[in-house]
Amino acid sequence: MAQSAATISTGQSRQRGQYRRSLGAIWLEFLGSMNLAITLLVVVSIASVIGTVLPQNNPYSEYLIQFGPFWFEVFRLLNLYDVYSAWWFLAILGFLVLSTGVCVSRHIPGVWREITRYRTHVREKSLLALSQHRRWRTSVDAESVEAVAETALQGYGFRTRREARGDTVVVAGMKGGATRIGYVLTHVAVVVIALGALADGNINLKLRELMGDLAVETRDLPVSQVPAASWLGPESGSFRGNVTIPEESNSGVVFLQVRDGYVVQQLPFEIYVEDFRIDHYPNGMPSSYESDLVIHDPALEEPIRQTISVNHPLTHRGHTIYQASFTDGGTALDLTGHLLDGSGQTMPIAGRVFENLRLQLGGLQRTMEIDDFQLFNVDRDPRAVERTGSRDEFRNVGPSFNFTMRDEAGQAREFHTYMAPVEIDDRWYYLHGMRESASEPFRYLHIPADANASMETFMAFHAALHDRARVERAARRAADVLLAQMGVANPELGARVADTANDMIATLVEGGFGAVNAQLEARVAGSNRPEMLLEFSRSVLQRTMFEIYREQLAARQGVELSMVQTDADQRAFFEEAMNAVSAVAEYGSPIIFEIDHFNHREATGLQITRAPGKNVVYAGSAVLVLGIFLLFYVSHRRIWAMVTPREDGGSDLLMAGINQRRPEEFEAEFADLAEAVENQLGVTGDMPGRRRKDASDSAGPTEQTD
Amino acid sequence: MVASREDMLREIRRPSLWQRLTVADWAWAALVVLATAGTYWVLWGVMNVYEVVITFFTAATMIGLGWHWHASRWYMAIVCLASLFAITRYPELAAAQSDFFLKYLLSSQSAIMWMSALFPAATVVYGVALFTGNDFAGRVASKLTWIAAGAGLVGLLVRWHETHLYAGGIGYIPVSNLYEVFVLFAVMTALIYLYYENAQRTRSMGFFVLLIISASIGFLLWYHFDRGAYQIEPLVPALNSYWMKIHVPTNFVGYGCFAIAAMLGVAYLIRARVSDDSPWAERLPTLKQIDEVSYRAIALGFAFFTVATILGALWAAEAWGAYWSWDPKETWALIVWLNYAAWLHLRYTKGLRGKPMAWWAIIGLFVTTFAFLGVNMFLSGLHSYGEL
Repeated sequence: MAQSAATISTGQSRQRGQYRRSLGAIWLEFLGSMNLAITLLVVVSIASVIGTVLPQNNPYSEYLIQFGPFWFEVFRLLNLYDVYSAWWFLAILGFLVLSTGVCVSRHIPGVWREITRYRTHVREKSLLALSQHRRWRTSVDAESVEAVAETALQGYGFRTRREARGDTVVVAGMKGGATRIGYVLTHVAVVVIALGALADGNINLKLRELMGDLAVETRDLPVSQVPAASWLGPESGSFRGNVTIPEESNSGVVFLQVRDGYVVQQLPFEIYVEDFRIDHYPNGMPSSYESDLVIHDPALEEPIRQTISVNHPLTHRGHTIYQASFTDGGTALDLTGHLLDGSGQTMPIAGRVFENLRLQLGGLQRTMEIDDFQLFNVDRDPRAVERTGSRDEFRNVGPSFNFTMRDEAGQAREFHTYMAPVEIDDRWYYLHGMRESASEPFRYLHIPADANASMETFMAFHAALHDRARVERAARRAADVLLAQMGVANPELGARVADTANDMIATLVEGGFGAVNAQLEARVAGSNRPEMLLEFSRSVLQRTMFEIYREQLAARQGVELSMVQTDADQRAFFEEAMNAVSAVAEYGSPIIFEIDHFNHREATGLQITRAPGKNVVYAGSAVLVLGIFLLFYVSHRRIWAMVTPREDGGSDLLMAGINQRRPEEFEAEFADLAEAVENQLGVTGDMPGRRRKDASDSAGPTEQTD
Repeated sequence: MVASREDMLREIRRPSLWQRLTVADWAWAALVVLATAGTYWVLWGVMNVYEVVITFFTAATMIGLGWHWHASRWYMAIVCLASLFAITRYPELAAAQSDFFLKYLLSSQSAIMWMSALFPAATVVYGVALFTGNDFAGRVASKLTWIAAGAGLVGLLVRWHETHLYAGGIGYIPVSNLYEVFVLFAVMTALIYLYYENAQRTRSMGFFVLLIISASIGFLLWYHFDRGAYQIEPLVPALNSYWMKIHVPTNFVGYGCFAIAAMLGVAYLIRARVSDDSPWAERLPTLKQIDEVSYRAIALGFAFFTVATILGALWAAEAWGAYWSWDPKETWALIVWLNYAAWLHLRYTKGLRGKPMAWWAIIGLFVTTFAFLGVNMFLSGLHSYGEL
């Protein structure tokens, strides 16, 4: 502490008034204390962690599932689902700001003294105690020495003040006081930022809710039916809300999320959405989202037309409109549904995305919820690897839509259906995805496309398998062919084989190949050559289906059955059709769709904010940065020159300096300065007192900034 | 005695910055001005006003840095020349495989691999220098670090060019995913360290700092080979902004500084256990040096981190609609900021030094690492670009 001549006086004046303090003063002392500030910094940090670990502002039902009823309630009471606007969190933040404010206001007088006072009242002893000091005994008169010292200090950028005490003259110089202003600026900036942010927070909303002025709506209602108690008038404060507007429609409100509900905020203008677009990179990733907006404001003569996109918002009357999200705006779909009950019936269905349809399918009741529509489906082109060796070519496999089908018991499955066939290993398929819960990936039913790129052939084949008479005829032919191949001529056996085939096909369309296998294995369990029987049965099944397929081909080509020859392509189709028949059994929907036509309509998700405190926060931030750089990169330095005349006409010069934050640099500067003085005086001087202390204690705990 | 006060002042006055500049300083400034003019000449048509301004300030920063830290001139000049050379050999992406210089040296992948080899090498050599007290080894380690940092920066700059070679207007500054920022982190940390090495005239801290850089290289290699993270993928629209060019590098000055401070904390704890008369006392940096550099690193890091967070808030206001949304990344940035604010307060006002502060700096790195990596790995939010 020896070198702290510069700060001792303030320290003492503070100590003096210590006994006899009012309660208020004690409070102020507590609020402005460093320990409180550091404790609060740490507490705010820890409290902030909660909100990052626990997802914020989710629907309450999710929390209930996650934590169970007891902890859900506890966390709700502690406001953990929206920590950052919890009263206790705001209170801690408020305390931190208060503490900072008290601290800085308490220290402003001290800072003012530090940067305005030259401390000409130093004593020789305290100067000698500083780590940087030098003494010279000169033959030059005191006045000249003083002039040299003062000039030198000024030459090094110090502001100086001279004071005489008896014979002794002290020239006190200082520079870099801006660092102390930096201290004030940083702390004031923190308070300013906090106040600005507070103005932009939802305190206003909370207060109105507390006073019963505002009710949070939790039901999913059309805007027109939301009760007046949940409305906020235009330009009534800061807010941050969202609204989804389909193309070619408009909105004059946004919705502010409050806990598990919302309130409706009116806007002083109407937003009309002309168009929403997504541009894509070649790999299908979106490259930009854009909305063409028209703002109709009664205060404007002409409506504003502007395109907004991510990173390019529009600001109007203090409201900023951002491109935040997008969704389907109710795309119209014309579908053809193929019933899978073997009737071969089709039904046209018209619907829109987000619409719920009730379907009467034969004897079955189903609800169909159309969930989404995708205009593009881009994936890595598997052909490109063979063709060019590149993994970076992409293809668009066309539109698709998602729907959920619920049965009478409310059991739901999700489906994903493509409009166009997709090429996989040189074959074309209609893909129909299905999953039982949202957490699973879709499993796809591959329905082979026929020569006309349609599902017709397969659908007809699938329906034919339900026609018992037809199956029986085919089974008979199959049995005859197979038995003939084996050299067995037994008409009775033929009838039995045909019977089995009919059974197997009935099982196949109900339960797939897995069920057929199980059935067969049960049947052959007692026989003496089960392997052979199994093999034979499978051949019969396959051959029967093949016969049905040939029948269809014959009908289509208008030729005799015996004339039908199948090529490789048709045989491949048949293989795929068999697999698809098996897979249809597990599809889980009594109907399968084709998309005939669609009318794509999107909706843009806008976020609209009004943040009157924003400029205050920005100004505070600028001040904060300025303050920090002043604080760190300017250092406050003081150098004193004490000139004492001697009786012999010469004089003694003592120079000493102090600096807290950058001891090394100051040491070099002081040495330069001393050398300059020395050269001017023409003395090398005796330097009994040039000693250097370890910098670690020269930068001792003497600063008073907190 | 000098007669007039003016004469005396002239003789005594400390030379101003302008007077202290040498011919070499001016030559450097002229070179940067020329290069910048050339950049504007070539790219004026495709730059928006923000990019023009950013380029201008980049040039000013390069001049200032070159004046303040002479060794950095060579670094900047050579990196620029090497990158330009690489660009001239790059008519199309496929050249990376066919051109000799690109394939073995200068394509972004090769350059980054060179960096990944040289940083661990530098770590070993710094280690040798530390354990044997061999000065030559120290000089070699220092040079290796320079070259590694150069290779890393060339890698990033060339990658920047490569992104523009892809079809469909993908081009972006390569500081936008976890892979790229890890390279940036290694380069930035190494450069900041080299600055302090030069300022303190000691190489004894190198081993400690290079350890954390090598650790990040280890992660980078895993990420490269196991996850194929080096692939260039187009940006999501929210990242497609000029803010990226300033927000991310500023942030990484902060991260680099905090990492250095933490490793010096480790050095401090080790040095504090070594008695002054042991031979280790001479090889290890002094407590005073460590203390000084840690403080400076944290102060520099804090200043830059503050700026970066504010820039982030400005960007957030433009892209997400609010300057502060308590998104996990934002919140953790605040936690990091509060943490170092507390550190600085303790040092300034309580005058706390030594072991507790060293420990605090080490813990600070864990907090920072979580903000940098952990948030992306474990928490979801708006900043989910850097997912593993």
